[in-house]
Amino acid sequence: MPPLLRRFLVLCASIFAILTFNFFLFHVIPGDPIRLIARSQRLSPEQVAKLREAYGLDGSIFSQYVTYLKNLAHGDLGYSFALHENVGDIVGRALLNTLILLTVSTTVVVLLGIVIGVFAGSRQGSKSDSATVVTSLVFWSLPTFWVGMLLVFIFGVWIGGLPISGITTPNADYQNYFQYIADIARHLILPTLTLALVDIAFFVIITRTSLIEVMSEDYMLTARGKGLSRRTMVWKHATRNALLPVVTASVLYISALVAGAIQVEVVFSWPGMGLLTYNSVLARDYPTLEACFLIISVAVLVANFLADVVYRRLDPRVAVA
Amino acid sequence: MTFELSTNDESVAVPSSGFAAMLRAIWADRLGRIGIILLVVTAFVAIVGPIVFPFDPTDVGKDASTILQPPSGEHWLGTDELGRDVFREFLAGARISLFVGIMATLISTVIGAGIGIVAGYFMGPLDTTLMSATDFFLVIPALPLMIAMGAIFGQNLLIIILVIGLLSWPRTARIVRSQTLSLRQRQYVSRAKSLGASDGRIIRRNVAPHVMQLIVANTILVVAGCILAEATLSFIGLGDPDRISWGSMLHFAFVSGAVGLGAWWYFLPPGLGILVVVLGFTLVGHSFERIANPRLKGE
Repeated sequence: MPPLLRRFLVLCASIFAILTFNFFLFHVIPGDPIRLIARSQRLSPEQVAKLREAYGLDGSIFSQYVTYLKNLAHGDLGYSFALHENVGDIVGRALLNTLILLTVSTTVVVLLGIVIGVFAGSRQGSKSDSATVVTSLVFWSLPTFWVGMLLVFIFGVWIGGLPISGITTPNADYQNYFQYIADIARHLILPTLTLALVDIAFFVIITRTSLIEVMSEDYMLTARGKGLSRRTMVWKHATRNALLPVVTASVLYISALVAGAIQVEVVFSWPGMGLLTYNSVLARDYPTLEACFLIISVAVLVANFLADVVYRRLDPRVAVA
Repeated sequence: MTFELSTNDESVAVPSSGFAAMLRAIWADRLGRIGIILLVVTAFVAIVGPIVFPFDPTDVGKDASTILQPPSGEHWLGTDELGRDVFREFLAGARISLFVGIMATLISTVIGAGIGIVAGYFMGPLDTTLMSATDFFLVIPALPLMIAMGAIFGQNLLIIILVIGLLSWPRTARIVRSQTLSLRQRQYVSRAKSLGASDGRIIRRNVAPHVMQLIVANTILVVAGCILAEATLSFIGLGDPDRISWGSMLHFAFVSGAVGLGAWWYFLPPGLGILVVVLGFTLVGHSFERIANPRLKGE
């Protein structure tokens, strides 16, 4: 079997496992999902009966499971009684906002992390190298949400000047599309800065370690023997080879990235999946919480798969294996 | 054969993983020493602090003038949104944060090491099955899963410990498995086997002692992760309402608007506490790694 096909089958199996796990977590363990909904929302007996029918709760666990899968296949994620809206519509809007935040912050984190990592690794043992390592370890030890709170305090209370909440200025009157984009960009500054401060450390440490390993390879000695300048050696020859382990490791970063984004969205009221998760936890809005968990998990599984495909392209040795 | 590879040769003794020897090696490292000091200070604060300055959660302020007050002679770190003493709350929170972090780590280590040793030792279909499960839990984003489970199972300390512990083991399992695999190839294992030793005996006598050092090193880093996970879960609002941790303090500081009101005395101490303890574990773990892999050491 070609490795890519095998990897794809693993992806399908994982998604199926998540769906099943989700079913048990939200539908079997609590007794029935209507009980969860009714715990916080006042529902009339007729509404409860209607919901039971809609979820197929009159049947056995297996038939409930089939109904659950059928509903998902139709894109029916349920109804939020806290927000009085179809969960699918709520999630759709939130997903887009999260993607904006993730695209911008990941680009900043990865690029800066690699540059700083190469910088430190190529000066291994120097003052600036140890300073970089120590700073990275300190920032990596910070809870992301707390860094966000500090920035809100600094830029919201102390100095001011930067928006600390939401994705746009409320009731803003935009003259053109450009102003709209600029407003979103301004709101992106602090959330991105928060994620960057904590997460850059991940790529700094991995790039540095990888570069140090590469620098001790024989072909680097050859490069030095050829009389290449230090800069060419580091940035052209070593970095290119040091990046492969970084790509591998970035798969592990996806989980941390999601965790960081959830916290940042909560602190800065960024209307994405993280804030939605948080609000549904506080409101005990279980249908929405379930959908958030499902969408995030499946998205991460797919992202992992794509990272794997890219990695195989970059390194032919893996593709053969 | 390069020097590093020689440790895979059975003729070279695996360095004795004596606790004292390990501590001495970390103490000799500058960053490791800072880590140990941070951890000792935190442990002292968490153990002795609440005895000297007990925290009474019901000791709320009398009226509005007592809430979110800045530090004073009476309240060294001011008061929270209910008029309670933040300093005492901070000391009580230290205990809960450390307790949850360490208990969750123990659960995670037992599961991770167990799966890793069994998979690496028995290999074959058992290994494939266990590692597929491990990889699955490795890619599933832990925080959303923890949030979902916390929201379903309810908010108390035991649930939080279980949720974090049951979801933090995959990396340990992977690392322990690869070490076990390489140990298994060594001659003394096959010799012990041909002498008729049972699998259980070989694991206990020949495998477990040699992966111990690795497990300990990994555990140190896992504690840091578990303490951060507890803080994040509690911040989201899934902490035990009766047992306030640093994370729950930050949750209440956040929802009560202490940040916008500029009540720095409320939200700075718990965050700094988390930083100190997580950094302590990270520095010690990092230093341990550098001792194990000298290439990473500064020249």
